[in-house]
Amino acid sequence: MEIIMAFVIGILFMTATYLMLSKSLLRIIVGTGLLSHGAHLLILTMGGLKRGDAPILGGDAVSYTDPLPQALILTAIVISFGVTAFFLVLAYRSYQELGTDNVEEMRGTEKDD
Amino acid sequence: MSYLHWAIVAPLFLSIFIPIFYKVFRRIHTGWFVLPLPILLFVYFLSFLPVTMSGKTMMESMNWIPSLGINFTAKVDGLGLLFSLLITGIGALVVLYSIYYLAKDKEKLNQFYVYLLLFMGAMLGVVLSDNLIVLYAFWELTSFSSFLLIGYWYEREKSRYGAQKSMLITVFGGLAMLGGIILLYIMTGTFSVTEVISQANEIFNHALFVPALICILLGAFTKSAQFPFYIWLPDAMEAPTPVSSYLHSATMVKAGIYLVARFTPVFGEHSLWFWLVSGVGILTLIWGSIFAVKQTDLKAILAFSTVSQLGLIMSLLGVGAAALHYEFLDDNIFTVAVTAAVFHLINHATFKGSLFMAAGIVDHETGTRDIRKLGGLMHFMPITFTISIIGTFSMAGIPPFNGFLSKEMFFTAMVHVIEMDIFNLETLGILFPVFAWIASIFTFVYSMILVFRTFTGKYQPEKLDKKPHEAPIGMLISPVILVSLVIIFGFFPNLLSHSLISPAMASILPSLLGPGEEFMVHISFWHGFTIELFMTLGVVILGIILYKTHSKWKKIYQAIPDKLALNRFYDSLLEGVQLGSHKLTKSYMNGSIRSYLVYIFAFFIFILAATLIGKNAFKLDTSNVSAIGVYEVVLAIFVVVGSISILFVKSRMTSIILLGAVGYTVSLFYVLFRAPDLALTQLVIETISVALFLVCFYHLPKLRKFETRMRFRLTNALISVGVGAMVTLIALSAHSNKLFDSISKYYVENTYTEAAGKNMVNVILVDFRGFDTLFEITVLAIASLGIFGMIKLRLNRRKEG
Repeated sequence: MEIIMAFVIGILFMTATYLMLSKSLLRIIVGTGLLSHGAHLLILTMGGLKRGDAPILGGDAVSYTDPLPQALILTAIVISFGVTAFFLVLAYRSYQELGTDNVEEMRGTEKDD
Repeated sequence: MSYLHWAIVAPLFLSIFIPIFYKVFRRIHTGWFVLPLPILLFVYFLSFLPVTMSGKTMMESMNWIPSLGINFTAKVDGLGLLFSLLITGIGALVVLYSIYYLAKDKEKLNQFYVYLLLFMGAMLGVVLSDNLIVLYAFWELTSFSSFLLIGYWYEREKSRYGAQKSMLITVFGGLAMLGGIILLYIMTGTFSVTEVISQANEIFNHALFVPALICILLGAFTKSAQFPFYIWLPDAMEAPTPVSSYLHSATMVKAGIYLVARFTPVFGEHSLWFWLVSGVGILTLIWGSIFAVKQTDLKAILAFSTVSQLGLIMSLLGVGAAALHYEFLDDNIFTVAVTAAVFHLINHATFKGSLFMAAGIVDHETGTRDIRKLGGLMHFMPITFTISIIGTFSMAGIPPFNGFLSKEMFFTAMVHVIEMDIFNLETLGILFPVFAWIASIFTFVYSMILVFRTFTGKYQPEKLDKKPHEAPIGMLISPVILVSLVIIFGFFPNLLSHSLISPAMASILPSLLGPGEEFMVHISFWHGFTIELFMTLGVVILGIILYKTHSKWKKIYQAIPDKLALNRFYDSLLEGVQLGSHKLTKSYMNGSIRSYLVYIFAFFIFILAATLIGKNAFKLDTSNVSAIGVYEVVLAIFVVVGSISILFVKSRMTSIILLGAVGYTVSLFYVLFRAPDLALTQLVIETISVALFLVCFYHLPKLRKFETRMRFRLTNALISVGVGAMVTLIALSAHSNKLFDSISKYYVENTYTEAAGKNMVNVILVDFRGFDTLFEITVLAIASLGIFGMIKLRLNRRKEG
């Protein structure tokens, strides 16, 4: 399963990179979203998959999956959400102010003043 | 600190007080406050004469950075003392001259004397330091103060150009010299010149010996304006004339000579040293003398003449180093070259200093330095004329002045080169006397042009701005003293031979002296009908013929020199470097974020692939993998299809929804991989994110009509496939290379007993690793505040409104 996941993650990284290399600001943000999905899944996969029950005591399980990567991913999800939200609003505002979402057209401030 | 240290840094200290004197005593020319110091120092250094004459040296050390072996060690030996006397003696005369040359109320005298004193202190430091790092520090201070002095009239374009040029070239050489010093330190383990000299034989065959030699020589050649680095010197003539006279004829340009003389005991036995020093020297000599004839500006003639004379001294030092190969001879005739070098060093300082001062007087009293406008000044300025004629005749090597004696000795040394049987000199050696002879003829010609075009011939009052008249007496004192020395040294050369020349030679060629011995220097006026005498006769006769016919053959210059001009090469080099780096930066810093991402990703792929291949790190181990389930495979296909189709959809809305779909699939993955908290969070956050995306972009209808499908670009595709492949490969090899067990066993065992919780992930988040959570909360807080600020704060709008 880990090998399949490695390929899935690779494809997520690939599409994320391709999107980040595009001109549209929205696509770049979509790309970062995919990239964070890939990274989260990578952490989980590297911790080992399906080695026991969910990490909650109380049942009669003999072994549990590794709780540490899950804690790390939880932190990462929240942080990437915060950053994505900020980035989105930034893109929204730059739409409003500059009237474009093409990053090739956003060059310097020489012409502006 | 000893008195000697105080003497070296005294000019630097005095320079602190100059602005105060300038502000407080406005009615007195600031130069008068400076003048006593060099005189005092000159007298102080004279008191060392008995020490060096008896063959001893004086060493004073002061700790500076002892842990690195860098101490301010001052050492007075014959060579150092000779230079110190030149620096302080001519320094005093130049200060006196400058008092009359620079107007009190028009010039920024405070700056001038601060720079001049900085230079004087730096120069004393260079010649009296025994520690190489300290020597380097003072060396750079001379470059720096020279830069300031050349750019003294900084509102003039040419001054700034000259200052920049001299700075670039001399600092380039200085840096090379620092490299040489460090190489010497690596070889010998010491920064002390004395100790380096004592280890000279041991390092002779060291691999770093030749690089160190070249580096040190680069420093010397750039400072002493040797070929091809001489080009800064003519442009440095934009400095005030006292500066040209002091720095660019008598002292700073001799720092390179000093360096070569100082390191002769270390490197002198190497054939490369001989060929570089004497070869470059003789080339500079002939080149400078030929080009001096072409100049029409008095100071430019003198600048090229300085270049040429420095080449002469340099070539003599090179030939003198060859004397080290004849240690076995009782009567080592080859040491005459070193005698000539030291003697000419003194002579050049005297006559060139006086000539610059005379040129300054002509400039000051007529308003021009162009020899095409000058002429017939003899009757207006008889004293200046006398000074000039003595100086130029000495420069041309005409008896009875001191230049004649040193020129004779120069010829003697060059003729002796033919007798040498080392370094292929049996065949190539003949070039030395021939070159020397030709260069002397040109020296004669430009000397005659210098004096006779200025002072004789037709007086052209219509071309002059002022009515010429003799200079004030104060301005004449210094050049008169210098030309008196020219005459005194001419008639009584042996005044110097025992007191200065012999101890200086002892510093340059220490290995040739046994204990208690000293060089017997005797400079005689008349040495019989030797070949040198006939060479001088030839120089005079041919020189007169060439001078008389100068107007006929000077047109040749118009044809040749422009192509050989090194200035053009320097300028285009500088321009080319600027243009090239500008183009280079422009070519990759193009302002497009895509290109930068391409660089970053490409580098990422390259470096990781290289490491994987280079370290043979890729490994695939399937023994440790978990079973493949049907649900997971279905989800995996979902993620893959979803993410790939984002690349091909046209509408932004669709891509947002597809991103959401991928996110929800990921949360289903979390469910299957038994991570309930993750699944919950992912679900909620994905919903909010998608909502945010929709809010942001649904309300911007005007942009929707521009929506297009992404254009395919091969580089992008290659890069992204590369990134994906690298991540997969690294994930696979990382998974196959588990070295240690997880530390999670501890969490599993202690979640309840230590932290009283059953949900391990939550306990880790708030208990075991609570700090992460604290700052994650901070991140969210900052993000929300930032968003709030972005939406509310609109400074631009307000300004426009």
